Amino acid sequence: MTQVTNKVQSGSGVPAAARRRRKKLTFDKVSFMVVFLGLPLAIYLVFVISPFVQAVYYSMTSWGGFNNNMPFIGFDNYVKLFNDDIFMISVRNSITLAIFLPVITVILSLILATLVTIGGSSRGQIKGLKGAGFYRIISFFPYVIPAVVIGVIWAQIYDPSAGLLNGILTTIGLDGFASYPWLGDPRTAMIASMVVIVWGFVGFYMILFIAAIKGIPAETFEAARIDGAGRFRTAITITIPLIRDNIQTAYVYMGILALDAFVYMSVLNSTGGPANSTLVMSQKLFSTAFQKGQFGLACAMGVVLAAITLIFSALVFLVNRLTGGSKDVSE
Amino acid sequence: MSLKLSKKPAVAGHVERKAQETRGDKVVAGVSHTMLSLWSLMVLVPLAWTLMSSFKTTKEIFASPFALPKVWQFQNYVNAWNTAGIGSYFLNTVIVVGCALVIVMVLGAMCAYVLARYVFPGSKAVYYLMLAGLTFPIFLAIVPLFFILKNIGLLNTLPGLIIVYVAFALPFTVFFLFSFFKALPHEIGEAAAIDGAGEWRTFFQVMLPMAKPGLASVAIFNFLGLWNQYLIPVAINADHSHWVLSQGIAAFAGQQGYAVDFGSLFAAAIIVVVPVLVAYIIFQRQLQGSVSAGTMK
Repeated sequence: MTQVTNKVQSGSGVPAAARRRRKKLTFDKVSFMVVFLGLPLAIYLVFVISPFVQAVYYSMTSWGGFNNNMPFIGFDNYVKLFNDDIFMISVRNSITLAIFLPVITVILSLILATLVTIGGSSRGQIKGLKGAGFYRIISFFPYVIPAVVIGVIWAQIYDPSAGLLNGILTTIGLDGFASYPWLGDPRTAMIASMVVIVWGFVGFYMILFIAAIKGIPAETFEAARIDGAGRFRTAITITIPLIRDNIQTAYVYMGILALDAFVYMSVLNSTGGPANSTLVMSQKLFSTAFQKGQFGLACAMGVVLAAITLIFSALVFLVNRLTGGSKDVSE
Repeated sequence: MSLKLSKKPAVAGHVERKAQETRGDKVVAGVSHTMLSLWSLMVLVPLAWTLMSSFKTTKEIFASPFALPKVWQFQNYVNAWNTAGIGSYFLNTVIVVGCALVIVMVLGAMCAYVLARYVFPGSKAVYYLMLAGLTFPIFLAIVPLFFILKNIGLLNTLPGLIIVYVAFALPFTVFFLFSFFKALPHEIGEAAAIDGAGEWRTFFQVMLPMAKPGLASVAIFNFLGLWNQYLIPVAINADHSHWVLSQGIAAFAGQQGYAVDFGSLFAAAIIVVVPVLVAYIIFQRQLQGSVSAGTMK
């Protein structure tokens, strides 16, 4: 490869004054652009962008899949979806996840990150808690465990008779839980599932916030301390406003993840849980497409899911902007 | 919260040169350690329980969740590896993730380099196209993707899975490396050009080695993401002999009734977790560093 380039490059003896601005199109340059930009872009367009576009079109057909007969039916699929009680339940469940998961995860990980970073001595240099490295490493564990395995492990923990949770509860004297089906009771199935997802992600966001807090100059904290601010006050009025953008990013990521939640939900309760209490949109979409073969309808669900995702992100950005985000932060 | 407690003693103490711990500090440290230890226990206990259960027989598992195994059943691991097919899924996963990782790193670095360092018509459009790929849920694409692969004959094959992994990991890779290449000084490119290096050579011999730290971080994240991927293989890789680990273990756990060999199921979970956990412990410094790098804009 490299030998070719040398030859081509040296062959350009034309006085360059006339076309100073215009760069010469040598073989080296053309081949470089074609391969470097063209190849990745081609793969990306074929396997990512084109499916997105096609999905929007398919969502307006009553396509059954395995023939090329795609009757165009406009927005009928969407009307059908909004009259489908079970689909609406799944929408409600997904939105529930998108409301609660980011709040719980972000608050919990912020608290833990704060404890690690400002738990140290209030004298001398600003420093974190002793043994912080240990907590950081342990907390991050769940993030590297495959989501499927997290689901499998927790399904066993929640097992009514042989599970760890009921084992602990009966040991400390709560015999009422002897064979309580956490995932089999509509009252607790959703909450139990949320706990699993929170467990999987708190560590990751904790590390993210720790890194952000460490990015704040120590002088800022020292100044606050000299002014007499305690740790709690410092956390609320100094730390949180300064890492606001990181919190927003974390919130959006977590929300997008909550709107998906396919892996966790389908491993914990493969059929949508008791009385569809843990059925989420992604599960409904998957079964509509790959079990029932109603591909047009499934694509319409995908469009609804994408729309909700975009609305969610827009809302988070809007709320952050309206409450004065990224204005009082001096970069 | 009790964090407030620290305020008074800290102010009341007399002037000292040495950073001595006040009583308030001790309370705060105590409370912090307690809460963080509780969280660490929350993380570790389920994992330790899984490890212990992986050595028990199904009967022992049902008898008591806490009792240690009477005989340590290493047989569970053999069963998981052979009978449940975890061994062959493991091999498939290594092939698919390995190939996809190498390809996406090369293509992603090339694409990010061009976008970051060349101005050409449409470069902004390409950038926003990548952003779209990061924002929209995969679920929107999954049905058409199925038929695209079917039409080109790559459905249910490992190459098909590899190319889809590459395509969906590409936007993240490009975004992360974009800022990296952008930050490299322009003088370096000029110096290389003056020394007679062509575009190809400049990239592979000058720019790529300089972007090594960024490449390592992205590679680790991509490895985790692809190793843990579940939806894509479930949708487009239905052929039993081509299954990857996540599919295999989900199917193993999903067998209904009491036919499941629970000891082997726990063993399978451990087999899946150990490689990533080991990789994490080796690279944890790098990974935690890159978490912070990834959030900077």
